[in-house]
Amino acid sequence: MEVNKFEDVFEGKLAKNEMVEPKDWMPDNYRKHLIRQISQHAHSEIVGMLPEGNWITRAPSLRSKVVLLAKVQDEGGHGLYLYTAAETLGISRDELLDNLHTGKAKYSSIFNYPTLTWADIGAVGWLVDGAAIMNQVMLQRTSYGPYARAMVRICKEESFHQRQGFEIMTRLAFGTEDQKAMAQDALNRWWYPTMMMFGPPDAESPNSENAMKWRIKRETNDQLRQRFVDQTVPQVQYLGLTVPDANLKWNEAKKGYDFSEPNWVEFKNVISGNGPCNKERLAARNKAHNDGAWVREAAQAFAKKRNEIYVAA
Amino acid sequence: MTTQEALFQYTLRLGDTNLILGQRLSEWTGHGPFLEEDLALTNIALDITGTAKSLLEYAASIEGKGRTEDDLAYFRNDRQYFNAQITEQPNGDYARTIVRQAIIDCFDFYFYTELAKSKDETLAGIAQKSIKEVTYHLRHTSSWVERFGDGTEESHNKAQTAVNELWQYTGELFEMNEVDAILIKEGIAVDLNIVKAKWEKHITELLEKSTLTKPENVFMQTGSRKGIHTEHLAYILAEMQALPRMYPDAKW
Repeated sequence: MEVNKFEDVFEGKLAKNEMVEPKDWMPDNYRKHLIRQISQHAHSEIVGMLPEGNWITRAPSLRSKVVLLAKVQDEGGHGLYLYTAAETLGISRDELLDNLHTGKAKYSSIFNYPTLTWADIGAVGWLVDGAAIMNQVMLQRTSYGPYARAMVRICKEESFHQRQGFEIMTRLAFGTEDQKAMAQDALNRWWYPTMMMFGPPDAESPNSENAMKWRIKRETNDQLRQRFVDQTVPQVQYLGLTVPDANLKWNEAKKGYDFSEPNWVEFKNVISGNGPCNKERLAARNKAHNDGAWVREAAQAFAKKRNEIYVAA
Repeated sequence: MTTQEALFQYTLRLGDTNLILGQRLSEWTGHGPFLEEDLALTNIALDITGTAKSLLEYAASIEGKGRTEDDLAYFRNDRQYFNAQITEQPNGDYARTIVRQAIIDCFDFYFYTELAKSKDETLAGIAQKSIKEVTYHLRHTSSWVERFGDGTEESHNKAQTAVNELWQYTGELFEMNEVDAILIKEGIAVDLNIVKAKWEKHITELLEKSTLTKPENVFMQTGSRKGIHTEHLAYILAEMQALPRMYPDAKW
């Protein structure tokens, strides 16, 4: 079969909404795009364990401690499915981790913001996981089979996390004055960074066009951002909190809210390494990996010894 | 001391031991030596903290003064905590965490097996659930003790150092006082002499299999049955309790 025949098969699958599987032929750019996107997603899950893990030892009730432990463990599990999905594209976990540790690969910028109070754990679950779900629901139907299947499992757990986050916010918003102030402060700090999670405006999004063409993405950044605002504003109202945006206004004509754009200069700064926690997050990941080197070596040495005994016997 | 008072003390001791150990283990979450192991240790922390919650809930109901499990966890100071001192020891390197955990898993395996036969139905129920979890924990941590002991020279040395340093806290696990005496008579508490014999045998075999040396003639530390701890516990509580104590009227 000639290359253009392979391409016809590939295009045919996309056209028929069929999944592309690991052994199928795929264009190099498609493969590269997926490796970049899936590994970024995996890294985000792993780095995301840090800001949330930050509050496990200080969770203010035993129930919330257990729930948070389970949640952070889920995020690690998501990282694992996603690394495995990325490996089906012909890249090793070591290589993927190396890219993270050297700063070559990106992860979601949102995790470069600090979790300063317990309310931030509520806000991360409610807003950040809420925004993540908007992206991820669409990815359950993405064209690459292993990625789509991983996303089905991940989405189920993320919806659960979002409810947990909202539950924390509810307790705070309907709690004492101090708790309500804590909730409002968290909303003020997380609102715009969450909006940035959908990526730059469509007009300036460098990767969107191919992603749409290959059915890796099915909706644009701006569409998703609009949907997020429309869904979240009534929840903020229910909590009796205020969205930190003076320009937020219902627009009857478009049946959605008008809202202020996040500060894209800040976005670029955080992406390029100048967020409040970029250096700490990367240092924490590197430290864990380096401190774990002797553990991994011991496991390998032990397996080798036992294998030799087994072979000799 | 009434049976009810003894039962409260006993349940508190078990609850505190699980709570402080879970607290220590969860410090690793997100920082494990590799992803699969990070997940496994977090899972162990989760099980143990869940057991702590059930036990403290029960302790609060035995006490019957309207306190909740959270009141017990967040509003007692270190002198009112009865966790075994080994649980509050710092995590150190991964070998130290694993050795500490294997020592306790092995104890818990035999302890909860006995407690599952308790005449107190609630304790027996918690123990039955716990055995299933502990069986998995023990398998996991034992396999790592073996890997470290018989892995590289570095891992062997780290594991041996951990065994040597932690051994002084193992004696306390088997101490019995008036609380135990009262409850053993009622068929509620576990006779720790039975657990000790089984633990000794198991842990000796594990160390041997792992090419590690069992320390002999070690002076054993003591105190936790009276609420006397190492310097570490007060820091653990300061961190864990900060938020509820800062806002004592708040519900979370």
